[in-house]
Amino acid sequence: MRKLGPVALIFHTLFVIFILAPLAMVIAVSFTDKGYLSLPTDGLSLRWFYAILDNPSFIDAFWMSVWLAFISASIAVIIAVPAALAIARAKFAGRDVIAAFLLSPLMIPHLVLGVAFLQFYSRIGLGGSFYGLAAAHVILVTPYALRLALASATGLSTDAEHAALTLGANKFVVFRKITLPLILPGVAGGWLLSFITSFDELTMSVFVASPTTQTLPVRMYHHITQTIDPLIASVSTVLIVLTFALMMILDRFYGLDKVFVGKG
Amino acid sequence: MPTKNFNKTPYALTAPGVLFFTALLGAPVVMTFVLSLHSYDFTTGIQSDWTLANYADVLGDSYFHKIFARTFGLGLLVTAICVLIGVPEAYVLSRLSSRWRSIFLLVVLGPLLISVVVRTLGWALLFGGNGILTMIAQALGFSDEPVSLMFTFTGMTIALVHVLVPFMVISVWASLQKIDPQSEDAALSLGASKFTVLRRITLPQAMPGILSGSIIVFALTASAFATPAIIGGRRMKVVATAAYDEYLSTLNWPLGATIAVLLLLANIVIIVSFNKLIERRYAKVFE
Amino acid sequence: MSFLRFESLKKEFGKFVAVRDMSLDVERGEFISLLGPSGCGKTTTLQMVAGLLQPTSGRILLDGKDITNMRPDKRGLGIVFQSYALFPHMTATENVAFGLEMRGVGKADRLARAHAALEQVRLSQFAHRYPKDMSGGQRQRVALARALVIEPPVLLLDEPLSNLDAKLREEMRIELRLLQQDIGVTTILVTHDQEEALSMSDRIVVMQQGDVAQIAAPLDLYERPTNTFVSDFVGTTNLLTGQVSQPGKVSVKGTDIDVDTASAGVGAHVTLSIRPEKFRLSDEKSNQEVRIDAAIFLGSSWLYRVTGQLGELFITQPNTGAAGYAKGDTAFLDWPKGALTLFEDAV
Repeated sequence: MRKLGPVALIFHTLFVIFILAPLAMVIAVSFTDKGYLSLPTDGLSLRWFYAILDNPSFIDAFWMSVWLAFISASIAVIIAVPAALAIARAKFAGRDVIAAFLLSPLMIPHLVLGVAFLQFYSRIGLGGSFYGLAAAHVILVTPYALRLALASATGLSTDAEHAALTLGANKFVVFRKITLPLILPGVAGGWLLSFITSFDELTMSVFVASPTTQTLPVRMYHHITQTIDPLIASVSTVLIVLTFALMMILDRFYGLDKVFVGKG
Repeated sequence: MPTKNFNKTPYALTAPGVLFFTALLGAPVVMTFVLSLHSYDFTTGIQSDWTLANYADVLGDSYFHKIFARTFGLGLLVTAICVLIGVPEAYVLSRLSSRWRSIFLLVVLGPLLISVVVRTLGWALLFGGNGILTMIAQALGFSDEPVSLMFTFTGMTIALVHVLVPFMVISVWASLQKIDPQSEDAALSLGASKFTVLRRITLPQAMPGILSGSIIVFALTASAFATPAIIGGRRMKVVATAAYDEYLSTLNWPLGATIAVLLLLANIVIIVSFNKLIERRYAKVFE
Repeated sequence: MSFLRFESLKKEFGKFVAVRDMSLDVERGEFISLLGPSGCGKTTTLQMVAGLLQPTSGRILLDGKDITNMRPDKRGLGIVFQSYALFPHMTATENVAFGLEMRGVGKADRLARAHAALEQVRLSQFAHRYPKDMSGGQRQRVALARALVIEPPVLLLDEPLSNLDAKLREEMRIELRLLQQDIGVTTILVTHDQEEALSMSDRIVVMQQGDVAQIAAPLDLYERPTNTFVSDFVGTTNLLTGQVSQPGKVSVKGTDIDVDTASAGVGAHVTLSIRPEKFRLSDEKSNQEVRIDAAIFLGSSWLYRVTGQLGELFITQPNTGAAGYAKGDTAFLDWPKGALTLFEDAV
């Protein structure tokens, strides 16, 4: 282990401050006791957290986002796992094309997806519907689920499966008892990353969501473009805390660095 | 012979994804492209003609030139700053003891999972007229007036660097992980100073990570919406916010579709050509 | 004054003592192996010589000069790492020329010398390949050329052959030893492989949990180990525990065996060591009748596991072309008087 010099440590400290400053600012402002935007100089107050309860639109949007993220992450995993097994372990004509196609949303700006879905849904009569929004989110998060499933399926040796087959297990049992448990960390990590990605998504959703299907980021975005007040800070603080909890779970499951390598 | 042993299983396994994507991704994207070829009339709406007029409009209008130039410049600047601060940070992380490293990885990468809206809000609070920035400036006696970076290019750059620098760190971190630490010891034993080791041994091996991090950051900056919309606002429009306004304010969908198509094409061209470049340059060197 | 000298080297990592008290004198041109199981402190010692680790106490002297606190890049030693540690972004030539470049050697000169070094390790035709396009053995030789081209006063080899397959490893042992003798470079090899150490070294330092167990030339080490650890770790051996019954006799499981008891007094508990190949197994009657439990043919020899009065023993006999004993046979055991070594430490 080589030691880091003082310059490196000072740089590191500044970098960490830079990363945490805006989040710390949000959290600080949310505890203000004033009726306007300010730091809690005269003491902490939870009044802006109680204020969330008086704004059901945020709470509705929160549950909308949770439900949407749950549905889309689950469908994404159902699509991604069989595809990942095929792509990682079989050689077949068109494999690379199919893989590239299923990963392609990573290369498409969310704005373009939003624009495309907006007019597609209005053309086929799904404009503003929950199903349309959910389908759009499935497209958006499937690449994340696929990538993590691929990562765990690629290194997987077929020996254990062959052993199980010779011991009398049929293909279905092999999948359930051998293959699935082996790739489970990748599948679970992929689901959670998909969930978080869907939950956080703004740019595409801002086009596709209607007033009845507003997700939390969309609701917050519209609020911020109108006014920035301590209420939005307290909503954000709740979100930071929840995300942090999910993050710890993801880190336990899979390792955060592995999740993010190549994200984006 | 492939036909003899033709195996349907992989196709059956990928079929749900392929069908879903064809119907719900292929169709909308194609339709957007088609829409960009129709003209728009402010009284009668979208026409059914075929024309490249929208492209001529966007590519010929100095208003859009300015927006494209600003977006491109923003992308370059944000990418450059992310390289300058993200690469050293990744290096520092790779040198920390494993306990501190996992803590700081969480600190540096964690914000990626927090909604962009929340992170941008933090900067809006810092940049606003009565934010920290003003307090610091006044405390240090730089200015008596409120200092605001809201609706400025500088503010937008800082906030985007914050949003995107974790991608650079993780990308460089991944390639630093692959370096055999003994290769640095070997260079030391051959008489290289610590600085030479960094410049000649470590940095070249981290280069693929720096380059792929740069593509990611550039592409995400060029198509960023939330941060420019909140920090830049109407005064500092970029491609994404301009397209948004065409769609939801002006309601000129064909023009909005044209901007979206151009953004998509630019994105794909940059990513693909950059990837080719990296592959050509490094495939023969790294496994 | 010896060429390279360790004076009471000690290295602690927190509470863990990696090297306790290491002193060694190495002559110019000598090939020394540090041999021991993993965790014995051999690699730590090598890294202290290289300057990659700082000793907790003690001194390292090279040609009379104290280099204990000298930076690794100033020591000028040649090191071949276990992973070879080639620079993946440089060709074989660039790898080899790197050390010369660091010494300010001009481009033409350093390319010529790099090529000569690659020639020396018979790699001229791979000069422009990148490491990933070379086999393990080729990479190993590039690493060797890279370490030698700077004409180091001392060559340090950290398990350099452990990543090669068995056959290549044997070839490289010979090649490496011939090259070393040819150049005359003082060499320190770290290895856990006793065959490697025995076949290449002038002297071997056996290490055990941070201590030096024995320093000796290969044949001496094998024939005259000074403690049970060395006799067991270097080569294979049969260890018998017993008690000195009278001067010149040790009682093992009730049988008196003739052995030089030297300093061990009557009644002392001792361990006897005898190598499997020292036994003679035949049909000629002796007072040691044994039953063959297992017989394994190894090509050049037979390996037997037998049971007799002394308990279970392993025996190897050269393959003379005749049929060997089979499981269940009985045979008689004999050995020359000097074949037994006595240790006063109990196992």
